[in-house]
Amino acid sequence: MNSLVMTSIEQGLIFAVLSIGVFITYKVLDIADLSVEGTFPMGAFVFAKLISMGVDPITSTLSAFFFGTLAGLMTATLFIKLKIQPLLAGILTMTTLYSVNLRINGRANIPLFNYDSIYNIGPAIIVLMIIVLIIKIGLDEFLKTEIGYLLLATGDNETLVKSLGVNSNKYKVIGLMLANGFVGLSGALMAQMQGFADITMGSSIIVVALASIIIGDTIKKSSNKLKGTTRAILGAISYKIIGGIAIDLGLSPTDLKAISAIIVIVFIAYNNFSSELLGSKKAKGGKEHVTDKATI
Amino acid sequence: MLQIKQLSKTFNRGTENEIRVFDKFNLKIEANKCTAIIGPNGCGKSTLLNIIGGSIMSDAGEIHLNGKNIAQLKEEERAIYIGRVYQDPSMGVSPSLTILENMSLADKKGEKFSLKRLIKKKEIDRYIELLKSLDLGLENKLNTKVKYLSGGQRQSLSLIMAAMKHPDLLLLDEHTAALDPKTSNVIMKKTKELIDKYAITTIMISHNMKDAIDYSDRIIMLDEGKIVLDKPSVEVTERELIEIYRKKLEFQIISA
Repeated sequence: MNSLVMTSIEQGLIFAVLSIGVFITYKVLDIADLSVEGTFPMGAFVFAKLISMGVDPITSTLSAFFFGTLAGLMTATLFIKLKIQPLLAGILTMTTLYSVNLRINGRANIPLFNYDSIYNIGPAIIVLMIIVLIIKIGLDEFLKTEIGYLLLATGDNETLVKSLGVNSNKYKVIGLMLANGFVGLSGALMAQMQGFADITMGSSIIVVALASIIIGDTIKKSSNKLKGTTRAILGAISYKIIGGIAIDLGLSPTDLKAISAIIVIVFIAYNNFSSELLGSKKAKGGKEHVTDKATI
Repeated sequence: MLQIKQLSKTFNRGTENEIRVFDKFNLKIEANKCTAIIGPNGCGKSTLLNIIGGSIMSDAGEIHLNGKNIAQLKEEERAIYIGRVYQDPSMGVSPSLTILENMSLADKKGEKFSLKRLIKKKEIDRYIELLKSLDLGLENKLNTKVKYLSGGQRQSLSLIMAAMKHPDLLLLDEHTAALDPKTSNVIMKKTKELIDKYAITTIMISHNMKDAIDYSDRIIMLDEGKIVLDKPSVEVTERELIEIYRKKLEFQIISA
């Protein structure tokens, strides 16, 4: 297989884990969580720290997930307990994590070439496909449970969740923790793939994740069969392949971020514009209770 | 039975926008009856419903539902005893989920949510029977997302979901106000059938005086946080209610 396509798919699978995490906050909970920009490098730095201490790659990678959930808990605490707007709560976590990440190893860039990685188990693409598949099936199954449906309903209509005798905040905490856990895991997978952990690797990662989700949403748009997790995975892989082709055609890798931003801008503007054209205003008094989401 | 004792509520206390809505307000609502609360805008009827439902906390007073004081319980804690249907048909449902998923969630109300599957095949026939009673064909749309239903269909589903666990109290918050007159009539009839069938104690807020008279057992009119009329519905005429509104309006014009 063409090495460019192969690399794009491998990186796409890593970004699929990231996108599934952001899917939980952005699509399920309807929260724009920016803490992922700090959680992604944190996953990489936690892995770097543990692997350099002699911990095995699997435990080090799983620890990145665990520390990611703690970052999600911090955002959830700021948002729910301290009543800080979710956007600002995410920014505050992200800012805090910048210092924390530098503290973990004491440096901004940690080479990992001399250490074992999870990709030593087998071909990287197979290892990543297995990881992504486990996460996808696990999350899909979780979302079919009673608790999973409460998570879905919390983002859709919090009033309904309260009317069921349930504290909806609990499910925001679960969602934010799970989401940041996946983002941390994705950061650890990326660090092992590129052979280093870097403090800047989380920069604008939220836009990459959103672009992936948005591309995923456009695939067979009207199909109810395609689950949100599948869309996030396909979107992330497509995003990386498109990016790979763009670079192959002579575009600078630094231009990719602008392209991601443009994809997000155009899609959201298109959605806003088309709903105005159709005159489908939200129901009176509906406010945030009514959201129009793609298949979950 | 619902009993409200010495209820007080003031908004924006200590500011120039201070509004005292209730001051030592008392009310007793009989069990298994439908009580309609009417009154002009700002009379306190929505605040009263929100205080009973727990979305607004009172400053003082007690709210006894079947002997239990629920005034200090959080909204989600008292929701176990209370069903509520809102003016906006989307507020009582999860629009992105299907009818079946919504009903399955409502069926778990007040129970512990676990990692078991939500959709239980053995319950589906019961949901179909409930939906059939609405006579809107919703039983054939179990896997349709609620956001694709009409406002009337959505509100009917909200009503079924609010009543299916037979709450101690049902709050109807102008639940037909956002619907067209024909659909509104259908929903009111279904509401009455449900209330009678399950003998649910109900408080209904309405701006429609005819509906209030036709579908309730008792009418209470509020004005500035006080009861200005309290009669069995059979003894009230629409003209009488309009007359009270007219006098109030004249008084306001003269005062201005």
